[in-house]
Amino acid sequence: MNLLLALILLPLLGAAVVALLRGNERAAKPAALVCALLELVLAAAAWVVYEPGGARMQLAGSVEWIPHYGVSLSFGLDGIALVMVAVIALLVPLVLAFSWGERLPAGRTRGGFFALLLLEQSLTVAVFAATDVFVFYVLFEIMLIPMYFLIGGYGGERRQYAAMKFFLYSFLGGLIMLASAIGAYAYAAETTGVGTFDWATLKTVLADAPTEVQVWIFLGFFAAFAIKAPLVPLHTWLPDAAEQAPIGVAVIVVGVLDKVGTFGFLRYSLPLAPDASQLLAPLVLTLGVIGVLYGSLQAFGQTDLKRLIAYVSIAHFGFIALGIFAFTSQAQVGAASYMVNHSIATGMLVLVVGMIIARGGSTRIADYGGMAGVTPLLGGMLLIAGLSTLSLPGTNSFVSEFLVLIGSFPTRPVFTTLATLGLVLAAVYVLRLYQRVMQGPPSGTAVLDAVGGPGAATDPEALPRDDSGGATARGTLRDLNGREIGLLTPLVVLVVLLGVYPAPVLDVITPSVEATMSEVGVTDPVTSQGGN
Amino acid sequence: MGVVAQAGAALPPPSGVLAQQSAEMPSIQYAAVAPLMIVLGAACIGVLVEAFVPAGRRWPVQVGISLLAVLLAGVFLGLHAQEINTGATTLAETLAVGPATLFLWGTLLVLSFGALLLIADRSIEPGGAFVAETNSVSEGRPPAGTPVDAPGAASAAVMDRAAGAVGMRTEVFPLTLFSLGGMMVFCAANDLLTMFVALEVLSLPLYLLCGLARRRRLLSQEAAVKYFLLGAFASAFFLYGLALLYGYAGSVQLSEIAAATAGSLRSDTLLFAGLGLVVVGLLFKGSVGPFHLWTPDVYHGAPTSVTGFMAACTKVAAFGGLLRLLHVAFEASSWEWHWVLWTVAVLSMVIGVVLGLTQQDIKRMIAYSSIAHAGFLMVGSITLTDRGLAATLFYLLAYGFTTLAVFGVVSLVRTSEGEATDLSDWAGLAKRSPLVAGVFTFLLLALAGIPATSGFMGKFAVFSAAFSAGMAPLVVIALLASALAAYLYIRVIVLMFFNDPDPNGPTVSVPGAFTTAAVTLGVVMTLLLGVVPMLALDWASVGGFVS
Repeated sequence: MNLLLALILLPLLGAAVVALLRGNERAAKPAALVCALLELVLAAAAWVVYEPGGARMQLAGSVEWIPHYGVSLSFGLDGIALVMVAVIALLVPLVLAFSWGERLPAGRTRGGFFALLLLEQSLTVAVFAATDVFVFYVLFEIMLIPMYFLIGGYGGERRQYAAMKFFLYSFLGGLIMLASAIGAYAYAAETTGVGTFDWATLKTVLADAPTEVQVWIFLGFFAAFAIKAPLVPLHTWLPDAAEQAPIGVAVIVVGVLDKVGTFGFLRYSLPLAPDASQLLAPLVLTLGVIGVLYGSLQAFGQTDLKRLIAYVSIAHFGFIALGIFAFTSQAQVGAASYMVNHSIATGMLVLVVGMIIARGGSTRIADYGGMAGVTPLLGGMLLIAGLSTLSLPGTNSFVSEFLVLIGSFPTRPVFTTLATLGLVLAAVYVLRLYQRVMQGPPSGTAVLDAVGGPGAATDPEALPRDDSGGATARGTLRDLNGREIGLLTPLVVLVVLLGVYPAPVLDVITPSVEATMSEVGVTDPVTSQGGN
Repeated sequence: MGVVAQAGAALPPPSGVLAQQSAEMPSIQYAAVAPLMIVLGAACIGVLVEAFVPAGRRWPVQVGISLLAVLLAGVFLGLHAQEINTGATTLAETLAVGPATLFLWGTLLVLSFGALLLIADRSIEPGGAFVAETNSVSEGRPPAGTPVDAPGAASAAVMDRAAGAVGMRTEVFPLTLFSLGGMMVFCAANDLLTMFVALEVLSLPLYLLCGLARRRRLLSQEAAVKYFLLGAFASAFFLYGLALLYGYAGSVQLSEIAAATAGSLRSDTLLFAGLGLVVVGLLFKGSVGPFHLWTPDVYHGAPTSVTGFMAACTKVAAFGGLLRLLHVAFEASSWEWHWVLWTVAVLSMVIGVVLGLTQQDIKRMIAYSSIAHAGFLMVGSITLTDRGLAATLFYLLAYGFTTLAVFGVVSLVRTSEGEATDLSDWAGLAKRSPLVAGVFTFLLLALAGIPATSGFMGKFAVFSAAFSAGMAPLVVIALLASALAAYLYIRVIVLMFFNDPDPNGPTVSVPGAFTTAAVTLGVVMTLLLGVVPMLALDWASVGGFVS
């Protein structure tokens, strides 16, 4: 408990300190980074202490909060929550490093920005760690507020609209979830005589609930998570939020925040409404597969770099939903590990795109072209992030996607086959992106302006040229600097490492997924025990 | 009421011959009614102060007396809470004080303490927000050509200052205390007649208070007249309903009515017509649903501190009375009227939220928000379970603190012409005054019902109680309304934080000690009740009403 409590409270404390220092940027920035790095150390310690296959919830602890409603401040980690906590702990220092010198909107301080990021980190860790449904709901909603200010205060042109949309979507989903949570509470009070929000108790009580009760409970939670994870008809907030958010925040939104949705499916939807989740699985699978195809096609058609990534994520969330609701342990392990790998791959993609945008000053894909010739390292990084995103064998995402697909096929062949099309589309949109931005001769207004100074775009002859006549003189367009290389390195290492040796993550996740499966009361079909 | 209480306070305990002679004098449980007597007694003393203390010294004396009285009443309430928690009927069974009533009294006292602090502040508006003491200048010579209404009202204020009239009418303090006394009786009344008298005692001072604004006189007076006329109608409804119920039950005692409804072959027409009319009167006071028409105008026109008092305390009193009526007298017939109030709750939520979205004035917006909140309170009120009662009481307390602080903050944002209530004036407030914007954001989030605020805890308590009482569809509607309502508040936050300030926009006054104290009280309690709700929930769940 102490370790977990420290994981939650440290960023909170850090946020307070940084907020107090916000007037003094030179003190606030290192303070924030130190805090984030300490959090990473704590997360590593938690990973070491965690025993895969041990208790369902580890590092657990509980303090009574509102006895009147059977609410306790209970926290604990299972394998899935642990890896998500580790991912946040990894991404936040990288985001801080990325935003170290980024331009901020007028009147905003970097200290305030970092403080909000740390606050968001604290709340997100707590959301993953909560083992009381009420506490989960409370954190789920509070989490929106710092994010709302991060997007609305530090974002792009249409940030107000994006922040408002993000907030209202999630808030609405949360309230519908609250209705379900209250329903679960009332049902427990009715059947056992004692109302409670304790996750473990509710799980056992609701397992025997009639299916129609479960269906209502499932739908409430589903609404919240389907908005959060975005499944297709409810996804429209994500492209706007990702487009308008500053890069660092986009990393957190796409990399971590959305995972609360898929995490919620595994932690809440399935165990609290086991019968209903099986009954309604086709609904979720349909949405998931639509998400895969729709997201991929949309990504293909985007003209904005950040919106493209948002749609890529929507496609990936479709895969994750498919894996979860296929109800085989292989597919679920795949889905859970996909959550981690998607965070790493997409996080990296967003960061690299952020570096491109920082150089070109535009988010339109058409403004770029042929950057690889001038900035080869940046080109290489975009390629790695892109390949991981399209799940090339040897990268981390491949393992997950493969597990999802072979795990889902035995139970859901049709959905799986359709989703496989997404793989092909992924190759198309990623490679097309790489080609347009990086390959060929330098072109596009942003690149030309950066290479040759303002106005160069209209007058190609003005480009500084070297002896052979190629446009290699760099102008203001520089390749990655030491800080950028430093912050991308850990991600590159993870992309490759988890691609060839995924065991560390899978070992932690598998027992928790199996526990979830047994809570739902499903066993694997016999044939699926081969591949892994 | 005032007379009885005053007599009780002034007379020594009846003893000897006197006691024997007045054999018909009802026995009084002084412990139970002490807070009430202190408040009404102080109100009477306040009237005497108006008559005998020189004008210059009235303000400190009045402020001292009223704050002290409310504090003292609170202390008495605390001291005797244990002893009368079992319930006591006193004053010839006209008052019934039980756990729920005590909670309401506590709520009323602490909220009106905050409201009195707001009313007493003279630093934001030089001389206070109320009509000047010597108003011969401004009223004797209306500025020719310009309306007295804003923005012309500025000139009236300038003249006030020119004439050296920086004092304010100190009648507001006894008026507030009388109104508070009426509210307290209202929540404790054990028969409909007492309830009616209390309704008038609480309403009449409010009508006056609404019309006393120093700035924007016409708006203020229009608000007062409107409130008075509509309020008089509502009172008439109440009285008519009372008569019908008397015809039905043969008594105005709540317990007798309850007994009559429990099983009799009397005319249901009388019962439901009477109940309907009485409830309309109460819903009017609580600014619920379709009976809300006065709310935006009055909230807008009344001096902001008075609006705070009305929004916080009147709501508590109205819902206190409604809860008491439904729980004590009409529980047995709930099956028949339930769906009517169900509809009212939905209407109130929808009207509040939807019309609130179209408002361009912050006070009117909060008024519509209060109508939406009244809808949520209705959800709790019609559960008729112990948990629903406790939840509604908690909600009233939580909402009262938040709304009080909201109006405290509203009074701080000003232009040269008075309060800047137009929403566009609030743009970019965070750049100018981050603290005020931060506090207001927190309060708005509380009104929206975001977790970690009392607003959420109140909603949660009410909705979970309603769910347990089998009103799941209503809960879902209420949750959807909450989601929609969030837009109402987030809109203002966007305006304050993400918009650029108008260079000619309003400034934020440095609040005086009184307003600071009131806003702090509201904000701290909003946070505290959100994080440690057991503080009040325990007390709210002690028990129900007695009769």
